[in-house]
Order: sequence, then C-alpha cells, then structure tokens
Amino acid sequence: MAIENPKILTKNYGIPDSWTLAVYEKQGGYQSLRKAVEMTPAEIVDQVKAANLRGRGGAGFPAGLKWSFLKPNPPRPNYLVINADEGEPGTFKDRTLMELDPHRCIEGCMIASWALNVHTVYIYVRCELVLSIRRLEQAVREAKAKGILGDKLMGKDFALDIVIHPGAGAYICGEETSLLNSLEGKRGEPRLKPPFPAISGAFGAPTIVNNLETIATIPTVIEMTGEGFSKLSKLHHMKDGGVRLYGVSGHVMKPGVYEAPVGLTLRELIYDLGGGMRPGRTCIGVIPGGSSTPVLREHELVHAPDEKSPMHAWHGKSVFDIPMGVDTIRSTGSMLGTCCAIVMDDSTDVVSAAENLMKFYKHESCGQCTPCREGTGWMLRLCEKLTAGEATQEDLANLYDVANNIIGNTICALGDGAAMPMLGFLQKFRAEFEAKLKPQAAAKSAPRAQSHAHGH
Amino acid sequence: MAFVLSAERKSILDGLRPRYPNAKALTIPLLHLCQEQEGWCSPEVIDYVAKELGVTGAHVQGVVTFYTSYLKQKPGKRVLWVCRTLSCELMGAKALQEHIESKLCIHAGETTPDGEFTLLKAECLAACGQGPMVQLDDDFFENLTNEKMDKILDDARKKAPKVAGTWSSLYLPEKKE
Repeated sequence: MAIENPKILTKNYGIPDSWTLAVYEKQGGYQSLRKAVEMTPAEIVDQVKAANLRGRGGAGFPAGLKWSFLKPNPPRPNYLVINADEGEPGTFKDRTLMELDPHRCIEGCMIASWALNVHTVYIYVRCELVLSIRRLEQAVREAKAKGILGDKLMGKDFALDIVIHPGAGAYICGEETSLLNSLEGKRGEPRLKPPFPAISGAFGAPTIVNNLETIATIPTVIEMTGEGFSKLSKLHHMKDGGVRLYGVSGHVMKPGVYEAPVGLTLRELIYDLGGGMRPGRTCIGVIPGGSSTPVLREHELVHAPDEKSPMHAWHGKSVFDIPMGVDTIRSTGSMLGTCCAIVMDDSTDVVSAAENLMKFYKHESCGQCTPCREGTGWMLRLCEKLTAGEATQEDLANLYDVANNIIGNTICALGDGAAMPMLGFLQKFRAEFEAKLKPQAAAKSAPRAQSHAHGH
Repeated sequence: MAFVLSAERKSILDGLRPRYPNAKALTIPLLHLCQEQEGWCSPEVIDYVAKELGVTGAHVQGVVTFYTSYLKQKPGKRVLWVCRTLSCELMGAKALQEHIESKLCIHAGETTPDGEFTLLKAECLAACGQGPMVQLDDDFFENLTNEKMDKILDDARKKAPKVAGTWSSLYLPEKKE
C-alpha cells in the first residue's frame, strides 16, 4: 500500500529556487500571515490549541498550551526562540525545511510573534548547517526588503525582528534552557527549572521555545484552521493532530525525510516510505525517534486488555502496527521523540550499536551533574569492555545499575536520554549482550551447571 | 602577536550588535568570525574577544572549551570531520574513516605532515539519511564511498586552500549562482 504524501509541509520541496521569496509567494506564501494579522492573538492561540499540534522537537508538548503560558502583560518584552539545533542522532528533518523552505519557517515565526506579542525572534541553528543559516538569513533579508518584516509586520504597526543565531557544536544546546544560555553567549549548561522559560527565559525575559518544525507548521494551521489541520491526523481523537515530517535512516532501501499524517505505523515508515529492508535482510530493531528513544522490536506486542485503555484498539498487535503518536509510542515504553527512526537489520552488532550511542552521550554530556557526567562514561567503558570480550556477569549487572542511577537524578533530560536506550538495549537484546561476556565469566554465572560439569 | 579582526569582519560584527540586548550574547557569533580568520581559537583570539565585548577572558575561554566547533589547536589548511554516530556507522562510517586514515596516513585527531588536512571525528551532523558523510570545512559530502572520498580529497588538494569567507558571507546578500 502506497502512502500518499499530503504535500503540505513539503509542498515546495523540489520546486526550483523554492527558498526565494518570489517562488514562495507564487506558491501562496505569506497568505496565512495576511490572514493572521486580521485575527486577535487569542484567536490564533485558540486555533493552535484546536490543531492539537504536539511539539515536534521530541517531548511532544502541546504547542497551543505552551503558548498560553505567557502572561498577557509581561514586565519585560517577550521572546520567541526557535530550536533548530537538530543534533539528536538519527534526526535530519528540520534541516530540509530550513534549506528548502526558509520562508515557511519565518512566516511561522511572524504569526507566532503576532499571537504572543513578541518583537524579537531568535532562531538557534547549529553552526554545522551552514546552508540552513545562509538560506534563513537570506529569507529574512528578502522579507525585510519587501516590507513584510521590520518596523511594520505586514503593514501593521508592529515591529518585528528575526535573528538567526548560530550554535557552536553541542548536542546539549537542543535542551531548551541550555539553548537559552548558549544564546546569551554562555556555556550551554542547562538551567534548573523552575523558573520555566515562559516566566524567565532568554535574557531573563518571558520566552517561548518552539521546535523549528512546530513553527513551520503554524502557517498551515492558520490556512486550514486548527480543526481542519488536526483532522489530517489518524490520531485526531487522541489530541495528536496534523501532518509531520518522518525520517528513516540506517538499513533501509530508501532512507530520507518524508511527510505523512500523524499516526503512520513503524511498518509503513520502514517498508512503504523507507522502501523496506535490504535484500535478504530482516529487521532486528528500530530506534523510533532519535537515539534517546528505547529500541522497539517487531515481536513486542501491545498489552492493553482493559477496554477502557486508549490502547485497547491495538491489543495484541505488534508495536510496528500501532499508529505512531506521542501517547501511543509512550505506552510501549519508548518515545516518539523526533519521529526519525534508525532501522537496524540482522547484520548489526547491537552491542557495538549501543557502544556507539554511549560514546555519543559521553562526548555530549555537559558535565554539570555527576550522575550524567560519570554515568555516561561508565556506560561507555562497560560497553567497550563487552565488545572487547572482557566483561563479566558483574559488569553486566553494573551496567544496569549505572543506567538506573542516572535516571531522574539530573537537571536535564540528557542523562535519561542516555540511560533509557541503554536499558532498552539490555532488556531487549539480553542474549546478544550475554554472548559477549568473557567465556569463563559466562560459565560462572550459572554455578549449578558448572558444579555438575565438574562432577562434585 | 596580538589578534585583530579584519575591517570587513569588524563591520559585520558591528552589524550584529543591535541584534542582541547585550554584548555577551555576541560571544559565539564573534568567535565564529575570529575562527574563520585565524583558523582556530588561539589564546590571542580569546584575549581579543574578551576585550572587544567587555567580558572576562575566563568567560571566553569557558565558551571555547565547551563547544566542539571551536578548535583549540591550529589545524591544517582544511578540516575534515567524519560523522561516526549510529546512522552513519550502520552505513559504513568506520570503514570510511579507516580508508581516509590510511589514505592520509594519519589517525583521526591528527594533521597531515604537509599541513593540508586535519581529520576529526564528528558527532551526528544531521545527515542521517545520507550516511556515511563528511564535512570538509563548511561543506557536506553525503552518500560516500571510498572512491567518492578519494575524489573529494584529490579535488581539495588541487584547489587553492580554503578561502576563509564562508562564515562572513552568511551575513551578506547572496550572490547569484
């Protein structure tokens, strides 16, 4: 069954010069902004609420609800900060929007600014994405030259500036408070919450931080109305609305970024959009939404015998066959994350894969909290010991222990994001991990069998 | 020798000032401009940034050492980052890295004796669907094979060394291609 591309977020992809103002306007661009400036801020926030737009950066927080946290008459100017630090391994969707449709990104910022009474927007883009920064800078220049942006927003007496701010290579800056510190010119160390950014964010002022895809979706929400957008989703009834970008990478025939309604299944993502596994290979596991989300395997079944459970409709089905939404994937013990899946086939050494990810988290831990700074290092060293064939049963037990002692004991979610996938690998690939143990260590772990073997 | 930002970059910096409510917020963009000119964040660069923005040298040093993109040692003429994270590794990043290492006769983290290339390992560069991939200076090269990689390195050698200017050009109107 072919999955039809709804061509909403990606409608300008593939059009020559899609990143220029002329082409964007020809494709109907900035009409949503024109409509939005005739609406009251409260009306726009209501539309975003009705859209059931869940944040696309990984946490899945309802965007409309987040917007309503800003106080109407703040003591200091509000800021809108856009998170385009895209650094979660496996995730490469926001980049396509910035490179191919930068005007959509800034139109979303303009509508949100009107709704939130914001006069300065910062788009934080990781500095490696040079082309993205170039296209966004150019889009802002074009919009200013055309008089869409600047002292007057679309002819209204409303000054707005959009600033593209580069990162400098740190995964942690995708965490919102770390991003704010980085924006202020500091080391990207996460802040304690509360206060939440909506109370005290960038430069101490009330701030809303949205993911880039979330903000790029706003023009569509205004164009179609919130309800119209939400109904595109297969999970509209679960308050998870609209369409979104999916990524698929790893061992599939056609890796890439695809647009589809919310509620696509993993099987559809892998076999229809992703073109399926390589010939003669089978899928052993999928990391569903960026490397911090625990791996899922096809033989895992949904267990929801209670008829009142929202998951009951899929009781007994494989996790590959449930519609992917923030709440449905959470109920499997994993997370929807960024919706960019990493697919592994039977040629994969899962212990090496786990080691690879632990190397990433060890490198990217900011070092502020001891459980994360030391724990990611310990998890990496234990994984290295496993791949070297030097690990004992005790090391395996320690690996569990270290991971469990990180979770919940750190300021931000990076520690959890390292420990949860580690535990996922350990639980779901136990045999593969045990097969890596030092030979005599494996024998010692079964003392009864050993004593029989020796005939005592 | 003391570091001084070029006149063109200085005017870009002045253009960036009104974008932020205070000077400290310019630390990261200014360090990018300095690194573009100097090739790395030398102690002189750190002194310059501190003075220019009216912040302490310790603050700038703290920022430089926190972020991966700021080079703490003088690199070769070109910097080659090889992505090593999972999606790329599944598609053969390790073999690609080893191929580059044997071709350039250096390990990751080192600079070729002729000073042409510095090879570094990168964490995920948001090109997961196009792995394995590398970043050479500011350009991405994706869906690589050993043959493609050889050609990229050979072509890079033939061309004049990187003209430092990508970063400043971001803030100037796009030239027609």
